[in-house]
Amino acid sequence: MQKEPQAEKKIILVGNPNVGKSVVFNSLTGSYTTVSNYPGTSVEVSRGHCQIDSENFLVLDTPGMYSLLPITEEERVARRILLEESPHVVLHVIDARNLERMLPMTLQLIEAGLPVVVLVNIMDEAERIGMQIDIPLLQEKLQVPVVGGAMGRGKRGLAEVREAIGQYRVGKATFTYASDLEKDIQKISALLLGDYILARRSLTLMLLQRDDEIAQRVRDREGDRYAGVESAVNDTIFARRVDLHLRISLERKRICKGLLDGVVTQRSGQQPALVDRFSAWTMNPWTGVPLLLLVLYFGLYQFVGGFGAGTIVDFLEGTVFEEFLNPWVIGLCEKYIPWYWLNELLVGEYGLFTLGVRYAFAIILPIVGTFFIAFAVIEDSGYFPRLAMLVDRVFKKIGLNGRAVIPMVLGFGCDTMATVVTRTLESSRERIIATLLLALAIPCSAQMGVILGLLSGVPGALVVWLACMIGVFLLVGLLAAQVVPGERPMFYMEIPPMRMPQLQNVLVKTLTRMQWYFMEIFPLFMIASVLLWAGKLTGALQWLVEAFNPVMRLLGLPHEASAAFIFGFFRRDFGAAGLYDLQTEGLLDPVQLTVAAVTLTLFVPCVAQFLVMQKERGWRTSLVIFFLVTGLAFSVGWALNRFLLMTGILA
Amino acid sequence: MIVSAKAEEILESLWISTEEKGEDAAHFERLGIAPTDEGLAELVRLAFVEVHGEWVRLRKEGREEARMTVRRHRLAERLMMDILDIKGASGDERACEFEHLLHHGVDTKICTLLNHPTTCPHGKPIPPGSCCEQARQDGEVGVVALTELKAGERGEIAYLAATDVSKMQKLMSMGVLPGSDLLVTRTFPSYIFKVGHSEFAVDGDLAREIFVRKA
Repeated sequence: MQKEPQAEKKIILVGNPNVGKSVVFNSLTGSYTTVSNYPGTSVEVSRGHCQIDSENFLVLDTPGMYSLLPITEEERVARRILLEESPHVVLHVIDARNLERMLPMTLQLIEAGLPVVVLVNIMDEAERIGMQIDIPLLQEKLQVPVVGGAMGRGKRGLAEVREAIGQYRVGKATFTYASDLEKDIQKISALLLGDYILARRSLTLMLLQRDDEIAQRVRDREGDRYAGVESAVNDTIFARRVDLHLRISLERKRICKGLLDGVVTQRSGQQPALVDRFSAWTMNPWTGVPLLLLVLYFGLYQFVGGFGAGTIVDFLEGTVFEEFLNPWVIGLCEKYIPWYWLNELLVGEYGLFTLGVRYAFAIILPIVGTFFIAFAVIEDSGYFPRLAMLVDRVFKKIGLNGRAVIPMVLGFGCDTMATVVTRTLESSRERIIATLLLALAIPCSAQMGVILGLLSGVPGALVVWLACMIGVFLLVGLLAAQVVPGERPMFYMEIPPMRMPQLQNVLVKTLTRMQWYFMEIFPLFMIASVLLWAGKLTGALQWLVEAFNPVMRLLGLPHEASAAFIFGFFRRDFGAAGLYDLQTEGLLDPVQLTVAAVTLTLFVPCVAQFLVMQKERGWRTSLVIFFLVTGLAFSVGWALNRFLLMTGILA
Repeated sequence: MIVSAKAEEILESLWISTEEKGEDAAHFERLGIAPTDEGLAELVRLAFVEVHGEWVRLRKEGREEARMTVRRHRLAERLMMDILDIKGASGDERACEFEHLLHHGVDTKICTLLNHPTTCPHGKPIPPGSCCEQARQDGEVGVVALTELKAGERGEIAYLAATDVSKMQKLMSMGVLPGSDLLVTRTFPSYIFKVGHSEFAVDGDLAREIFVRKA
């Protein structure tokens, strides 16, 4: 990680999910941003820089949080950033349409003594639904700078935000709770004598709500005095056992109602807009399922499969590499490098350039790139929460909840990345089941691109393949839901309004994912090429391929296919591409082709995915999944071969 | 006037035999009593029942008392199962002890708390009290789970039944708070409701824990 100069002041962006925080971040920072895990956690935080009045600021975009009291891992990280980074300004982005719901967190931030600037975002939408918001009045009541804006539309309010940050002065509003609650807060905060970043009042409220992380911090600061604090806190919690959380929430709500009095005026009698009707269609199963199929057909099949894996790959692989780059590089190497082994390493059958670079840039880049574009468009439109709601009932049957649809869909792009994203699922049971299903039955875009190309020549093969994938997915999911211990998941999700995807958001999201993909995966390509090269030179590869021949015979496949399976482990798509070569050589009949494609899709994830699985789930779980998936892949392949031969389908 | 616990048990059995099974009278054996039973003597003294040989008959004067006794017993059962979560034989036993305490308007309060239930957990009818009649006349629907609302119906969130504290906190911090108005827009495949200008999706399990006062 690069070193930051000590003097640089920090701006921290906080806010609920779906309030346009990342758009604000992009508008503030321009293009130079880095995304990295927050130290010691698995949660990503974006950093960027901006200059206001010739002073440099570091801008941090935190994960979405609903309250200062964290529940999810993301919220915990967001709060840790607030606690540890000593910000110059905390920019709280809130949704103009839902002021009443978002202000309690503003209240908590101000209460904590943080230097808050409030950005009331999405003003355009609020005005569209007939809301009038008196920003100066709200500013007067909150006593911190408040700016109204619509960052998604022409960066309205950006200049004012920059001005408010540049000339920040600390306000000193206090909001009083009901007197009985105040008395308890005073009593405990008087016991806190250490030095804290957050205001004592705020710490007290979090202690009362049993916040373990805050309790730990207070224990560290107070030392011997902590026992007194703890017993005072426990006394109060017990005395208010009936409704403490609720009381605090309701008190905040009451205060916010008072703050908003006169601030918001609502014209009524609005017609539901077309976008609301469209939103309703996506959530009605009768219209939602056909819409989903349309999205899959145009987004995945046409754009990724047709355009990415077809047009662009043909051009890059067929024209750029085959006709220009490869002959040129090979010629160069043959001319200047006399050693056979080095020649092989660079431009041989499994050479770094001919295999590694060519696959990475000519095949994977266009396919994964187009997938990430499609994914970002869908993501930015707000479709995923609706899809999650639609599939929740089905996903419950396989031990997941609707939320898991996001890593599952991402898996169609890159299973490795999707395995990382399973972190966002709440219970370890859901994470295990999702990891297993990703490893087994979700083909990644690179693999799917090749397989679609492979099977499209054989009528019916695609249907058999699809039926096998769906069947295995559901069957294994159903079984896993029975076997993996843990509680039944609950589903709750905010449904953000549908909106037109914004070009800048789509580009930033796509580029961020592409960057991750190349940083994490490209080196593995190279390692895989080296391993295959070493295997070829030493004869180990030949031995491994031969050792696999009996398995191939069981599946009714020619022994040439075993090379595809061995390569499949190094990259899922290497394997599929290996089959492609076999097919073009005419070595596979339709049944063999289908069996090979099904087995290969189910077969062990690529090396990268296995490594990520190990990192995320630990050795035990990942090894169990590894062997389970391998066993299942070959048994399903064997059974399918028998079935196809017996029934004569595809013969 | 309050009769003894023993007398209440007899009245209860008598009500079930005569009102619900349509028999004319109940035998001593059926009531599980001896001719010298104190409770029986008490009821005869109050002219609530009359004894013919080994058969006991409920008189018109005793009907109302018997009816309310049955009502208290079944309300107690509901309270055990629904609110205190004591189920099975142990719930039945506790209910038998508890019913004798439901006098002086306590039954009315419990009936209101339970939102005027019409059947006991075993499916038998609970004779309605004056509070049920009053609620019906006022068109009160009381507090129901979110799952009872149809698409397009509105209500005010009354309370969140906390089984998982952190999930409840999540709902609260998203603004799903008692006192907020809510509009249900879909009930299948999941429940979707609007609070203010925000929309939320929850599954049936969670929807059952959000209680709403229907508008």
